[in-house]
Amino acid sequence: MKGSFKKPAQFMLVLIVAFSMLLTACTSNSNKPTPTNSGTENSGSGNTETGGEKEAPQEFRFTLASEPPSLDPALMTDAQSGIVAAGLYEGLTRLNKDGEPENAIAKEIKVSEDGKTFTITLRDDAKWSNGDSVKASDFEYSWKRTLNPETASEYAYMLYYLENGEKYNTGEITDADQVGVKATGDYTLEVKLFTPAPYFTSLLAHYTYLPVHPATVDAADDWATEAKSIVSNGPFLLDQWVHNDKLVMKKNPDYYNKDAINFTTVNISLVESDSTVYNLFETDKIDWIGAQAGSIPTDLVGGLIADGKAEVTSVASVYYYLFNNNKVPFNNAKVRKALAMAIDRQALIDNVLQANQTPAHALVPPSIAGLEGKTFREMYPDTDYISENVEDAKKLLEEGLSELGLSSFPEVTLLYNTSEAHKKLAEALTDMWRKSLGVEVKLANQEWGTFLESRKAGQFDIARSGWGADINHPINFTYDLIHPLSGNNDGKYNNAEVQKLLDGSLVAATQAESMDMLAKAEKIAIDEMGVMPVYYYTTPTLIKPGFEGVFSDYSGHLDWVFGKKTN
Amino acid sequence: MSSLAASASGVDEVRDHPESSITFLVFHRSGSNNSKFQRVYIANYIYPFEMHIKIWKRVGDEMFRYIASKFIFMLLSLFVLVSATFLLMNAIPGSPLQSEKATSEQVQKNLEAYYGLDKPLIVQYGTYLKNLVKGDLGISMKKKFQSVDKMIANSFGPSLRLGISAIITSVVVGCTLGIIAAMHHRKLLDNVAMILAVIGLAVPSMVMGPLLQYFFAVKLRWFEVAGLENPMDYVLPTIALASGPIAVIARLLRSTMIEVLNSDFIKTAKSKGLSGYVIVVRHALRNSMLPVVTYLGYLTAGVITGSVVIEKIFAIPGIGKFFVESVINRDYPLIMGTTIFYAVLLMTTRFLADIAYVLVDPRMRTGKGAK
Repeated sequence: MKGSFKKPAQFMLVLIVAFSMLLTACTSNSNKPTPTNSGTENSGSGNTETGGEKEAPQEFRFTLASEPPSLDPALMTDAQSGIVAAGLYEGLTRLNKDGEPENAIAKEIKVSEDGKTFTITLRDDAKWSNGDSVKASDFEYSWKRTLNPETASEYAYMLYYLENGEKYNTGEITDADQVGVKATGDYTLEVKLFTPAPYFTSLLAHYTYLPVHPATVDAADDWATEAKSIVSNGPFLLDQWVHNDKLVMKKNPDYYNKDAINFTTVNISLVESDSTVYNLFETDKIDWIGAQAGSIPTDLVGGLIADGKAEVTSVASVYYYLFNNNKVPFNNAKVRKALAMAIDRQALIDNVLQANQTPAHALVPPSIAGLEGKTFREMYPDTDYISENVEDAKKLLEEGLSELGLSSFPEVTLLYNTSEAHKKLAEALTDMWRKSLGVEVKLANQEWGTFLESRKAGQFDIARSGWGADINHPINFTYDLIHPLSGNNDGKYNNAEVQKLLDGSLVAATQAESMDMLAKAEKIAIDEMGVMPVYYYTTPTLIKPGFEGVFSDYSGHLDWVFGKKTN
Repeated sequence: MSSLAASASGVDEVRDHPESSITFLVFHRSGSNNSKFQRVYIANYIYPFEMHIKIWKRVGDEMFRYIASKFIFMLLSLFVLVSATFLLMNAIPGSPLQSEKATSEQVQKNLEAYYGLDKPLIVQYGTYLKNLVKGDLGISMKKKFQSVDKMIANSFGPSLRLGISAIITSVVVGCTLGIIAAMHHRKLLDNVAMILAVIGLAVPSMVMGPLLQYFFAVKLRWFEVAGLENPMDYVLPTIALASGPIAVIARLLRSTMIEVLNSDFIKTAKSKGLSGYVIVVRHALRNSMLPVVTYLGYLTAGVITGSVVIEKIFAIPGIGKFFVESVINRDYPLIMGTTIFYAVLLMTTRFLADIAYVLVDPRMRTGKGAK
């Protein structure tokens, strides 16, 4: 009987051998493509197109963490859509590497004396992917459609600069013809604003201002959900869109400026996990990580920066905490200020965040443009806005508490949305408060949707917040965050002087005056610590050697459209 | 024939069934004058064709009634589930239309009107049910204008393929380990197999996945890091997905098999001189598979609807992530769609299993008879 039991063991041995043979088979299989890369037997895998004899295949590959919710310019709201749309569509202007607007479909932009009327001449050689010409009426149609309440565009407010834009969107008027945009010829567009906006040419580069092909949009609601039904006018065409898997873009042979475009194929894989993205980079399956196109795993960032492999670029976003300005003890400016002064931002960056972020002593991030080639922060440095001094902070806290008639610091809670990174920072921060001020702050976290609702409703003492730029202008971080009537001022910071300055900046006679007013408003808000800035975001990026013209733009989004592979 | 059988094997009596041509071979208790029947064997059941029809008609009727009642019950459960999900989904804080950036009241109203969220809940519910009956699951509120039907249909394919591959692997490897362990009960191979199984069970897929990926894709470059483009790409996610079920199957099979191997009929088979291999595969395995088959039913619905973790690690465009993503985004139509899809899948597999049980065991049909 014992002898018979040996048989299954032998059987198992055979299985193991078979399995190892299978594995070896895989090895030889996956080894095959490697020599192909060196060019000895380029059997043409379909994805790569060799331009010339010795030229590098002009292919660029990156990942996005999630697929664009929509490729319809009226419905886009996120970075992912923006990164794809930059290649797919062409607006009137486009931002260059320095974040400055340059003419794209627009040939000439004339501004009236009062800064409210823009007469835009379009180039006449731009084509839609179905062969139709891109006309001024396409822009008029697109903008009016976005403002149409029935379109229910979340970013419609980007078009509120247009005369009657807000009224039409809110249903106050129903006649679209009253909206301040009109095609006065096939290639001339007249735009009327309700208020002068010195940065309007930058706004024109935003995806909400992109044109759409009217006949396509009218034909089907879901035109922007599949590659085959999208009609676009950009330097690239969407060749494939396998939902939740990948997008493949090909160079548009009919693009008016096709000589400036080098990549023939752009592969965008949809990969959510950071470590998978990094492994894809390591195995040479993608060429880029960072700037909203995948991110480097947090535990590797520090090492990669130290090794000089990852480059750190600043991002136009600020990480800050909201104080509930209507609630004891944060209705007292001295208490708010004391807490802001008692933290060591650089220590938080060095020990907790570890991606070379910049300590934020104000709200407008360093990459936001100012005037005459200077950034806003170069014009108005924020380094002395908050003095991180524990002794002064203690004094201020005592004064503030006695003003409030409190004998000790009341029980307060810091609320953040559930995430390991936010938790780490909040723990380090409250620890600093405990050690320096002897103040006990409890931590609480909520899942994102619930958190947003609590924050909007003012159900918090201190709440985590972050803010990114839609346009390259300081108004993004001032008007939106500290204006008493702003819907994003969730801490309800309220200062009449700030309101006056911010409103005044819109109608200021010169741009310099306008900037001054914004800077003053920001300074007041920080002096009173309406919100507590912590750091300006950065994005660590990795790129394979041999690429140029691929970079992280001012807002920390990948710009790949005019990139090139050089070897 | 009767006399032949009787004379050949010591049958004491041969009786014919009055209605059919079934023949009973009756063995009397030997060594006793008592004429009580000891054993009765049915020797022949070539009954007339009419009889055949009659029996199957009765079985068919019972089956039909059984299936119909199960089906109605299924629809009822589905209705309860849809209603409960709809209510709960609307009860959690947050809305599909919220965004971090403040939207003006009017834009919010426009959005709500667009998706019909401005109507009373009961009206929304009615509309949803009406569309559901038509087979329309609506459009996603986050993935603008993508229909939920299409999203589920497109993403189910990869999950199904990967799931089937994982199930086959689990059964083959799990059974092999289980058999080895049972046959070498309390010996080295048993311990080795069980340690392997425990490791598979204890190491969660969120650890197993990245480990496999790192060693086999990044270091050894045997496989691709992510995606499901080629058949070979299925290997790593399949192993990660199957490691848990392998352990469960191996342990289930081991324990029942140890019992079966100790039972009388196996001892008889051994004493008759059958080889170990034949005993295990023909006799012991068949009789030990029942718990494994039961587990497989449960496993199937779970595995083919995808795994969020595995899909994330290996960048697989499957349906698993929708289950989580839809709730995080409060994407109401997608929450409903995925829930209904999963429920229908689960109920259908259960339904088929119930029918299978009935076919195997007639006692289940009427609920009568000894348990």
